[in-house]
Amino acid sequence: MCISFPGRIIAFKEDNCLAVIEIGSTKREVSLDLLDEPVTLNDYLLCHAGFAIHKIDTEEAQKSLTLLQEIIDNEIY
Amino acid sequence: MKYIDEYRSPELVRGLLQKINGRAAELPKQITVMEVCGSHTTAISRFGIRRLLPDNIRLISGPGCPVCVSAIEDIDQALWLAAQPNLIFTSYGDLLRVPGSYGNSLEKIRAAGAQIKTVHSALDAVALARANPEHKVLFMGIGFETTSPTVAAAVLQANKLKITNFFIYCCHKLMPPVMHTLLDEKEVAIDGFLCPGHVSTIIGAQAYDFIIKTNRAAVVTGFEPVDILEGISLILEQLISGVTEVKIQYQRGVNKEGNQKARAVMNEVFKPATVNWRGLGEIPESGLVLNEKFAAFDIHRHFSIPDITSQANPACRCGEVLSGRIEPHDCDLFGTACTPTKPFGPCMVSNEGSCAVFFRYPNPAQEAKPGRYQHENQCRKKHS
Ligand code: SF4
Repeated sequence: MCISFPGRIIAFKEDNCLAVIEIGSTKREVSLDLLDEPVTLNDYLLCHAGFAIHKIDTEEAQKSLTLLQEIIDNEIY
Repeated sequence: MKYIDEYRSPELVRGLLQKINGRAAELPKQITVMEVCGSHTTAISRFGIRRLLPDNIRLISGPGCPVCVSAIEDIDQALWLAAQPNLIFTSYGDLLRVPGSYGNSLEKIRAAGAQIKTVHSALDAVALARANPEHKVLFMGIGFETTSPTVAAAVLQANKLKITNFFIYCCHKLMPPVMHTLLDEKEVAIDGFLCPGHVSTIIGAQAYDFIIKTNRAAVVTGFEPVDILEGISLILEQLISGVTEVKIQYQRGVNKEGNQKARAVMNEVFKPATVNWRGLGEIPESGLVLNEKFAAFDIHRHFSIPDITSQANPACRCGEVLSGRIEPHDCDLFGTACTPTKPFGPCMVSNEGSCAVFFRYPNPAQEAKPGRYQHENQCRKKHS
């Protein structure tokens, strides 16, 4: 029940209080009331029960995936 | 889909499994890792992770399903409230099929005419209250720290709009206090926690320092196969080195501090209180109640609910499942008398309940393996 989905912002509504996000091929409206950082179009948000709760740090996500791949490539068992 | 597909990469999964196998060989004993999030329970079974792991790593599920941990008393009171005239009862869909003490469920009384609606967000219930001023609209709030800020925000919105026919039945619970209780459980002996990803988005990784103080490992983990395997690998690293620390595997969704704004909203509306958990009893400061300033939204102020003698079905062992003392297939009713279409207890009702998850994604290898819990189960049967 605590699952949140990552979605991309494709539009803002109601004075930027709501964002329209795209999750795969579906679209949802989410409130931005609980977000603690500014967002812009194309940002990815974690959304839960009608609210965005986190802006995904795209760079951090890419960095940790690359690092994981490197660790796996370099470890020999 | 972005942020999902990359974390299902077969190449990364293979690499991580190799890593885990190498590390597991260094473990001095079998270890027990608990996950306390229903979405982890689902993902672990859905992706068949248990059967990929070496025998000396045991994954068990804890009280991560909010519907399952709701006390039977709350379900009985909800059933009474939902039957009141001029009241529209709203909640998330999973709650509707949970049986109360006398065989009824919200779903059954809805079929008999009660006004019960499922919603995806507490904001939908506020909108319903606005559209139906002649009705009282009740939202039953269940869930952990991921969900409670969303309900708090809905209360703030109703307050701002001066909506006086929107009410809350608050069953929200807090994760760190129950994890604290589980650490003391001698019978379960947890070596490490896969800490819940989205609860941690709100409370931050800092909330788990109490775990490492007991020399247990703690890794905040995401929900895809790569996330879960990396989380397990990081737990092994800590247990082998003996240096425990709260690690964040799920860096794209969690930081150390968490979402301070969401916490501020939650703290404005709710305050911690001692509450009753199914199977675990009362745990101090482990739930939320409305702050005095928002007490007018508390449904209990508007109805005096009669005393109901509540009793969970004694044959159902959800309490033991929820605390990790037994696994679902150790219950005699699992898959026979109790199935998702005819559930005895909440763990078979909710999509994220351990019994329903184990039923949906069976793991024949594990059920056949005579583990510690099956052994205990046989002893229990012999002595009863
Ligand atoms: S299988 Fe059914 S009866 Fe047994 S513990 Fe799970 S929900 Fe309860």
